[in-house]
Amino acid sequence: MEPIIIDGTPKTPTVKFDSTEGVFEIKGRSIPENSVEFYKPLVDWLDNYKESPLTKTVVNIRLEYFNTSSSKCILDVFKKLEAIHKAKNEVEVNWYYEEDDEDMLEAGEDYESIIRVPFKMIEIVE
Amino acid sequence: MSFNIENYFSDQPDGNVILFYKGNVDSDVINHVLDTVEDKMVEVNEQSKLRKKVYNVLVESLQNLYHHVDKVPDDFEDQSSEKYGLLVVKKVDAGYRIITGNFVRAENKEKLEEKIKRINRSSHEEIKELYKFILNHQRISAKGGGGLGLVDIARKTGNKLKYSFREYNDKYSFFYLDISVNEEN
Repeated sequence: MEPIIIDGTPKTPTVKFDSTEGVFEIKGRSIPENSVEFYKPLVDWLDNYKESPLTKTVVNIRLEYFNTSSSKCILDVFKKLEAIHKAKNEVEVNWYYEEDDEDMLEAGEDYESIIRVPFKMIEIVE
Repeated sequence: MSFNIENYFSDQPDGNVILFYKGNVDSDVINHVLDTVEDKMVEVNEQSKLRKKVYNVLVESLQNLYHHVDKVPDDFEDQSSEKYGLLVVKKVDAGYRIITGNFVRAENKEKLEEKIKRINRSSHEEIKELYKFILNHQRISAKGGGGLGLVDIARKTGNKLKYSFREYNDKYSFFYLDISVNEEN
C-alpha cells in the first residue's frame, strides 16, 4: 500500500499514514471549508488498510484546532479504526491536548465515548 | 428611515473594534480574518485559552456564513457578493464580542430561530449531549455544513446565543448573531 504523506497548511493538518509502520499521525490545524474533500482519501485508505492491518496500530491525533465540519470526518476515521479493532487487531488512539485546552480534552472524550477503541488522553506540557 | 445593516452597532458603542468586514465571505476572506485576529491577540499577549476560544468561535461563525447565507435581496446595495456577510470583532472588558450578520429569507427564519432557542433552553450538559448526538447521527449536508456550528459556539463560550432579526422587507430579514467570549477569572 502506498503511504499517505501530506504536509500541513494553515487550514489542513499534516498526515502520515504508512502501512509499514504501525504509527499513524494527524497533526496541526484542521479547519478547511470543505473537510470531506480532505478526509475522503484518508478514510478510503483506512478502508483498504483494514483488509490486512498490522497486528498493532497506534494513531496519534495532535490537533491545535479543528472545525465542526472536520469533527464529523475525524469520526469517520475513528469508525474505520473501530472496525479494525473489532476484527481482533490491537488499535490505540493517543489524543494530545495542550495543558490549558479543556475544549480539546473534552473533544477527545466525546470520541472516546462514541468509539469502541482504547483512547489515551495525553497532556502536552510546555 | 432606510434600512442600514450597520445601525445595529451604533446602538451599542462598547469596546474597541479590532476588525470590521462586510462583503463576500469566501475562503480567502476567512483566512485573512483568522490571521488578522490571531495576530492581534498574540500582539496583546492574550492568554492562550481565551485566544483559542475566540479563534474557534471565529472559524465556526465565518464558516456558518460561508455555508449557509441566503442570497441578498434584489434591491440590496451589494449585488456582486455571492455570500454576503458582515463581521465585527470587538475587544470588550469581559473578553471579545464577535458579531456576524447575514440575510435570511422569510421561509428560513423560523427554522433558524427554533434551532437557537433550543440551544438557549439547554443546560451546558444538555448542549454537550446534543453536540455528541448530532456528531454521531447527522451527515454533512449538501451545503457542506455539519449542523454543529451554533451548538459548538454555545458549548465553547458557555454563553447563551444572543441574536436578532431585523426585517428588510416581506421576503427577507437581516440576522445578527452576537457572541460573547469571556475571559475566565
